[in-house]
Amino acid sequence: MRDTVILRVVVKVLLPAILMFALYVQFHGEYGPGGGFQAGVAAAAAVILYGMVFGIAEARKVVPRSIVNTMIPLGVLIFAGTGVVSILLGENYLDYTPLGSKPAKGQHLGILVVEFGVFVTVASTMLAIFYVFGGRADEADEKAKNEEGGE
Amino acid sequence: MVVTVIGIIRAHNLFAVVMLGGIYSFLMATVLVVLDAVDVAMTEAAVGAGMSTVLLLAVLHLTRTREAPLRHAPVIPLLICLLTGGALVYGTLDLPPFGQPDNPQNLHVAPYYLENSIEETKSPNVVTAVLASYRGFDTLGEVAVIFSAGIGVLILLSRRRRREMVVEDEGRSRK
Amino acid sequence: MNEFLADLNYWVTIFLLVGGLYIITAHGNMVKKLVGLAIFQSSVYLLFISPGKILGGTAPIIAPGFDVYSNPLPHVLILTAIVVGVATIALGLAIVVRIHEAYGTIEDDEVHDLEAD
Repeated sequence: MRDTVILRVVVKVLLPAILMFALYVQFHGEYGPGGGFQAGVAAAAAVILYGMVFGIAEARKVVPRSIVNTMIPLGVLIFAGTGVVSILLGENYLDYTPLGSKPAKGQHLGILVVEFGVFVTVASTMLAIFYVFGGRADEADEKAKNEEGGE
Repeated sequence: MVVTVIGIIRAHNLFAVVMLGGIYSFLMATVLVVLDAVDVAMTEAAVGAGMSTVLLLAVLHLTRTREAPLRHAPVIPLLICLLTGGALVYGTLDLPPFGQPDNPQNLHVAPYYLENSIEETKSPNVVTAVLASYRGFDTLGEVAVIFSAGIGVLILLSRRRRREMVVEDEGRSRK
Repeated sequence: MNEFLADLNYWVTIFLLVGGLYIITAHGNMVKKLVGLAIFQSSVYLLFISPGKILGGTAPIIAPGFDVYSNPLPHVLILTAIVVGVATIALGLAIVVRIHEAYGTIEDDEVHDLEAD
């Protein structure tokens, strides 16, 4: 990406706002529009924006690939694990009633946990997809440069 | 939206196609807000206009940006499309009227969700309540699909590209 | 007027669906095919959401002062479908990239020619 001061400054100003928005959407999802899916995409978009402007290598320093790759199954596990916990507490799979002191509280907590699982999976999957595509693009660029240098 | 789709069909520059696709997604999000689906609109704006545009641009960067002209006149596809379209328009004649509260699809489980979700889950946003609680199985399945799609992309693309491998593939294809 | 608008909604859906189908069947370029697939998918989103709308209703977020809400069920189904849709399209794009590496082209016909040679 070409160096443009405007782009860099604007991105730096926007990034915290986007991340805050993602978290707001995540935890305010039961009261307003939003939830794990949207928040995951928004959070991934923040890192992707950073990667597009400052280079993917920089983005990988902030959010390393190993973390992303662990987070993909982790989200699914959080979701499925919630179901297992409710089985252990003597209810049906994915029935959150026993998680809290009152049924409604349990449901509330269950929704929050499950939404968090969704968030983790969606955000990390989007990010992982972006990393591999972007990594390919960088490799292609380097190869083109090397070939030009060789000839 | 109709205009953008016609534009996408006619444009040969793939870059233009991708940009029109982004515009299309935003228009779709606006329509969804009008139809009261705010959650869906938010997702569509973030995913359709943001993520898929970025991915398509990355692929264009890896491949090429011009589409080859069609080799033969698209008679058969056109015929198929017209037939499908005709059948679907015929089908709309039997659909219930738009936006009436007593349509069959609005009488099944939706009223139950709307009435009981706030007592049972304390969540004013019914979409979230249904998504995470009443239809938790569905959502678990969707998450699993996303998970496996992500793994698939990683498997397909994260192997480092080697010159020999490409040559070998080409050799196999020539046989 | 209302009836006309309602039918218009379905007709737009059908046009989008047919347009997507046309792009998938008639065009040889794989990236364009995937864009067509995305359009096809989003026409289905519209098809699901339109019947859920109730005239005079608001978004299904319970708040005092509103009695009529649109049907939340299609919203849930489509919400997840959108995210799954982008994941599958990413998978398709990954396959396109691999095809490009193997054959050097992303056109259907050219891949066929290479196979025939």
